Amino acid sequence: MNEPLTFQYAVDGDNFTSAGQASVQVKKVLRRLGLDPETIRRVSIAMYEGEINMVIHAGGGEAEVRIYEDSIEIVLRDSGPGIADIDQAMQEGFSTAPDNIRSLGFGAGMGLPNMKRYTDSMQIESTVGVGTTITMRVDL
Amino acid sequence: MTIRDICGYLDAEVLCGAEALDREVHSACGSDMMSDVLAFVKNQAVLLTGLVNAQVVRTALMMDIVCIVFVRSKKPGPEIVAFAEENGLTVLTTDLRMYEACGKLYAAGLKGNGEIHE
Repeated sequence: MNEPLTFQYAVDGDNFTSAGQASVQVKKVLRRLGLDPETIRRVSIAMYEGEINMVIHAGGGEAEVRIYEDSIEIVLRDSGPGIADIDQAMQEGFSTAPDNIRSLGFGAGMGLPNMKRYTDSMQIESTVGVGTTITMRVDL
Repeated sequence: MTIRDICGYLDAEVLCGAEALDREVHSACGSDMMSDVLAFVKNQAVLLTGLVNAQVVRTALMMDIVCIVFVRSKKPGPEIVAFAEENGLTVLTTDLRMYEACGKLYAAGLKGNGEIHE
Protein backbone atom coordinates (compact mmCIF):
# COMPACT_ATOMS: atom_id res chain seq x y z
CA MET A 1 0.00 0.00 0.00
CA ASN A 2 1.20 3.52 -0.78
CA GLU A 3 2.26 5.79 2.04
CA PRO A 4 -0.76 7.69 3.31
CA LEU A 5 -1.07 11.41 2.78
CA THR A 6 -0.48 12.72 6.30
CA PHE A 7 -1.33 16.03 7.94
CA GLN A 8 -0.17 16.98 11.43
CA TYR A 9 -1.45 19.69 13.72
CA ALA A 10 -0.53 20.98 17.16
CA VAL A 11 -3.64 21.58 19.29
CA ASP A 12 -3.11 24.57 21.56
CA GLY A 13 -4.52 23.83 24.99
CA ASP A 14 -4.27 27.30 26.48
CA ASN A 15 -7.18 28.89 24.82
CA PHE A 16 -10.69 27.55 24.33
CA THR A 17 -11.39 30.24 21.73
CA SER A 18 -8.99 28.65 19.29
CA ALA A 19 -10.16 25.06 19.87
CA GLY A 20 -11.19 23.42 16.63
CA GLN A 21 -8.82 25.26 14.32
CA ALA A 22 -7.16 22.05 13.16
CA SER A 23 -10.52 20.52 12.27
CA VAL A 24 -11.44 23.56 10.18
CA GLN A 25 -8.13 23.13 8.32
CA VAL A 26 -8.69 19.40 7.82
CA LYS A 27 -12.14 20.05 6.42
CA LYS A 28 -10.63 22.41 3.84
CA VAL A 29 -7.94 19.89 2.88
CA LEU A 30 -10.51 17.10 2.43
CA ARG A 31 -12.67 19.37 0.27
CA ARG A 32 -9.70 20.18 -1.94
CA LEU A 33 -9.07 16.46 -2.32
CA GLY A 34 -12.61 16.14 -3.62
CA LEU A 35 -13.90 13.60 -1.07
CA ASP A 36 -17.63 13.14 -0.77
CA PRO A 37 -19.36 15.68 1.52
CA GLU A 38 -20.80 13.12 3.96
CA THR A 39 -17.35 11.59 4.55
CA ILE A 40 -15.87 15.04 5.04
CA ARG A 41 -18.58 15.90 7.54
CA ARG A 42 -18.09 12.73 9.56
CA VAL A 43 -14.31 13.11 9.70
CA SER A 44 -14.40 16.77 10.61
CA ILE A 45 -17.10 16.44 13.29
CA ALA A 46 -15.31 13.51 14.96
CA MET A 47 -12.01 15.37 14.90
CA TYR A 48 -13.60 18.59 16.14
CA GLU A 49 -15.13 16.83 19.15
CA GLY A 50 -11.76 15.24 19.88
CA GLU A 51 -9.97 18.53 19.58
CA ILE A 52 -12.43 20.22 21.96
CA ASN A 53 -11.89 17.36 24.44
CA MET A 54 -8.12 17.78 24.26
CA VAL A 55 -8.44 21.48 25.03
CA ILE A 56 -10.97 21.02 27.86
CA HIS A 57 -9.34 18.06 29.58
CA ALA A 58 -5.74 17.62 28.52
CA GLY A 59 -4.14 21.00 27.91
CA GLY A 60 -3.91 20.36 24.18
CA GLY A 61 -1.97 17.76 22.24
CA GLU A 62 -1.30 16.61 18.70
CA ALA A 63 -3.61 15.61 15.89
CA GLU A 64 -2.69 13.61 12.86
CA VAL A 65 -4.86 12.79 9.88
CA ARG A 66 -3.79 10.04 7.49
CA ILE A 67 -5.55 9.57 4.21
CA TYR A 68 -5.33 6.04 2.86
CA GLU A 69 -6.83 4.71 -0.36
CA ASP A 70 -9.74 3.11 1.44
CA SER A 71 -10.00 5.02 4.74
CA ILE A 72 -9.15 8.12 6.71
CA GLU A 73 -7.50 7.74 10.08
CA ILE A 74 -7.52 10.41 12.76
CA VAL A 75 -5.09 10.08 15.67
CA LEU A 76 -5.41 12.42 18.66
CA ARG A 77 -2.64 12.21 21.21
CA ASP A 78 -2.37 14.09 24.49
CA SER A 79 -0.35 14.03 27.69
CA GLY A 80 -3.30 14.91 29.89
CA PRO A 81 -4.69 13.25 33.01
CA GLY A 82 -5.96 10.16 31.17
CA ILE A 83 -9.40 8.56 31.39
CA ALA A 84 -9.88 6.40 34.50
CA ASP A 85 -13.04 4.60 33.36
CA ILE A 86 -13.46 4.51 29.59
CA ASP A 87 -16.86 2.74 29.68
CA GLN A 88 -18.21 5.49 31.89
CA ALA A 89 -16.70 8.19 29.68
CA MET A 90 -18.42 6.65 26.66
CA GLN A 91 -21.90 7.04 28.21
CA GLU A 92 -23.96 9.83 26.71
CA GLY A 93 -24.40 12.59 29.25
CA PHE A 94 -21.44 11.64 31.44
CA SER A 95 -19.07 14.58 31.68
CA THR A 96 -16.25 15.74 33.90
CA ALA A 97 -16.02 19.12 32.17
CA PRO A 98 -16.11 22.13 34.49
CA ASP A 99 -19.22 24.36 34.57
CA ASN A 100 -17.55 27.20 32.71
CA ILE A 101 -17.23 24.88 29.70
CA ARG A 102 -20.97 24.28 29.72
CA SER A 103 -21.56 28.01 29.50
CA LEU A 104 -19.43 27.91 26.33
CA GLY A 105 -21.78 25.38 24.71
CA PHE A 106 -19.87 22.15 25.44
CA GLY A 107 -19.45 19.65 28.25
CA ALA A 108 -22.77 17.86 27.75
CA GLY A 109 -21.11 14.46 27.81
CA MET A 110 -21.65 13.95 24.08
CA GLY A 111 -18.09 14.25 22.80
CA LEU A 112 -16.82 10.66 22.91
CA PRO A 113 -20.20 9.10 21.98
CA ASN A 114 -20.37 11.47 19.00
CA MET A 115 -16.88 10.54 17.91
CA LYS A 116 -17.87 6.90 17.96
CA ARG A 117 -21.15 7.58 16.17
CA TYR A 118 -19.53 9.44 13.29
CA THR A 119 -16.68 7.00 12.67
CA ASP A 120 -16.44 3.34 11.61
CA SER A 121 -14.05 2.43 14.40
CA MET A 122 -12.62 4.12 17.45
CA GLN A 123 -9.95 2.95 19.85
CA ILE A 124 -9.05 4.66 23.10
CA GLU A 125 -5.75 3.96 24.80
CA SER A 126 -5.42 5.83 28.05
CA THR A 127 -3.23 5.69 31.12
CA VAL A 128 -4.11 7.78 34.14
CA GLY A 129 -1.44 10.40 34.72
CA VAL A 130 0.23 9.72 31.36
CA GLY A 131 -2.19 10.61 28.60
CA THR A 132 -4.68 9.44 26.03
CA THR A 133 -4.43 8.41 22.40
CA ILE A 134 -7.60 8.07 20.36
CA THR A 135 -7.53 6.49 16.91
CA MET A 136 -10.59 6.84 14.72
CA ARG A 137 -11.19 5.49 11.25
CA VAL A 138 -13.71 6.44 8.61
CA ASP A 139 -13.97 4.03 5.67
CA LEU A 140 -14.11 5.46 2.18
CA MET B 1 -37.41 29.85 2.00
CA THR B 2 -34.41 32.09 1.35
CA ILE B 3 -32.13 33.70 3.91
CA ARG B 4 -33.66 37.01 2.83
CA ASP B 5 -37.08 35.66 3.85
CA ILE B 6 -35.64 34.73 7.26
CA CYS B 7 -34.42 38.30 7.70
CA GLY B 8 -37.96 39.46 7.02
CA TYR B 9 -39.70 37.03 9.39
CA LEU B 10 -37.26 37.79 12.21
CA ASP B 11 -36.70 41.47 11.44
CA ALA B 12 -33.04 40.51 11.54
CA GLU B 13 -29.95 42.54 10.81
CA VAL B 14 -27.33 41.07 8.44
CA LEU B 15 -23.85 41.11 9.97
CA CYS B 16 -22.07 39.39 7.08
CA GLY B 17 -22.68 37.26 4.02
CA ALA B 18 -25.27 39.56 2.44
CA GLU B 19 -24.30 38.25 -1.01
CA ALA B 20 -25.90 34.89 -0.13
CA LEU B 21 -29.30 36.27 0.93
CA ASP B 22 -31.06 34.59 -1.99
CA ARG B 23 -29.75 31.18 -1.02
CA GLU B 24 -32.50 28.62 -0.44
CA VAL B 25 -32.60 26.87 2.93
CA HIS B 26 -34.82 23.94 3.85
CA SER B 27 -34.30 23.22 7.55
CA ALA B 28 -33.14 24.77 10.80
CA CYS B 29 -32.26 23.97 14.39
CA GLY B 30 -32.11 26.04 17.56
CA SER B 31 -29.73 25.37 20.46
CA ASP B 32 -27.33 27.01 22.85
CA MET B 33 -25.49 23.72 23.35
CA MET B 34 -23.05 23.10 20.52
CA SER B 35 -22.63 19.54 21.83
CA ASP B 36 -26.28 18.89 20.96
CA VAL B 37 -25.97 20.50 17.56
CA LEU B 38 -23.04 18.21 16.80
CA ALA B 39 -24.90 15.17 18.11
CA PHE B 40 -28.38 15.46 16.72
CA VAL B 41 -28.38 17.78 13.78
CA LYS B 42 -28.30 16.50 10.26
CA ASN B 43 -28.42 18.47 7.06
CA GLN B 44 -29.56 21.66 8.71
CA ALA B 45 -28.94 24.89 6.89
CA VAL B 46 -29.71 27.37 9.65
CA LEU B 47 -28.58 27.47 13.28
CA LEU B 48 -30.39 29.73 15.74
CA THR B 49 -28.47 30.26 18.96
CA GLY B 50 -28.04 32.55 21.92
CA LEU B 51 -24.46 31.44 22.46
CA VAL B 52 -21.81 33.84 21.17
CA ASN B 53 -18.30 32.56 20.66
CA ALA B 54 -15.98 31.32 17.92
CA GLN B 55 -17.10 27.73 18.55
CA VAL B 56 -20.55 28.58 17.18
CA VAL B 57 -18.94 29.43 13.84
CA ARG B 58 -16.70 26.33 13.90
CA THR B 59 -19.64 24.11 14.81
CA ALA B 60 -21.61 25.58 11.91
CA LEU B 61 -18.69 24.93 9.57
CA MET B 62 -18.36 21.32 10.72
CA MET B 63 -22.08 20.73 10.19
CA ASP B 64 -22.27 22.45 6.77
CA ILE B 65 -24.65 25.02 8.23
CA VAL B 66 -24.77 28.10 5.98
CA CYS B 67 -26.54 30.67 8.15
CA ILE B 68 -26.26 31.52 11.85
CA VAL B 69 -28.97 33.56 13.56
CA PHE B 70 -28.04 35.07 16.92
CA VAL B 71 -31.18 35.56 19.00
CA ARG B 72 -31.94 37.84 22.00
CA SER B 73 -30.08 40.77 20.35
CA LYS B 74 -26.74 39.01 20.73
CA LYS B 75 -24.02 40.41 18.55
CA PRO B 76 -20.71 38.63 18.04
CA GLY B 77 -17.50 40.66 18.06
CA PRO B 78 -15.74 41.70 14.85
CA GLU B 79 -13.28 38.75 14.94
CA ILE B 80 -16.12 36.25 15.02
CA VAL B 81 -17.99 38.00 12.21
CA ALA B 82 -14.79 38.18 10.14
CA PHE B 83 -14.15 34.46 10.71
CA ALA B 84 -17.68 33.61 9.57
CA GLU B 85 -17.37 35.85 6.54
CA GLU B 86 -14.04 34.31 5.48
CA ASN B 87 -15.76 30.95 5.49
CA GLY B 88 -18.76 32.03 3.48
CA LEU B 89 -21.38 32.00 6.26
CA THR B 90 -24.25 34.44 6.51
CA VAL B 91 -24.67 35.82 10.04
CA LEU B 92 -27.87 37.47 11.27
CA THR B 93 -28.95 38.94 14.58
CA THR B 94 -32.51 39.39 15.80
CA ASP B 95 -34.09 40.94 18.90
CA LEU B 96 -36.46 37.98 19.18
CA ARG B 97 -35.95 35.31 21.80
CA MET B 98 -35.14 31.75 20.81
CA TYR B 99 -38.68 30.40 21.18
CA GLU B 100 -40.24 33.21 19.18
CA ALA B 101 -37.61 33.17 16.44
CA CYS B 102 -37.89 29.39 15.98
CA GLY B 103 -41.69 29.60 16.14
CA LYS B 104 -41.91 32.24 13.42
CA LEU B 105 -39.65 30.31 11.05
CA TYR B 106 -41.43 27.04 11.77
CA ALA B 107 -44.83 28.62 11.19
CA ALA B 108 -43.52 29.99 7.90
CA GLY B 109 -42.65 26.48 6.75
CA LEU B 110 -38.99 26.00 7.70
CA LYS B 111 -38.79 22.49 9.15
CA GLY B 112 -36.62 20.72 11.70
CA ASN B 113 -34.64 17.74 10.49
CA GLY B 114 -36.87 15.13 12.15
CA GLU B 115 -39.58 15.89 9.62
CA ILE B 116 -37.34 15.90 6.59
CA HIS B 117 -34.89 13.07 7.04
CA GLU B 118 -36.47 10.51 9.33
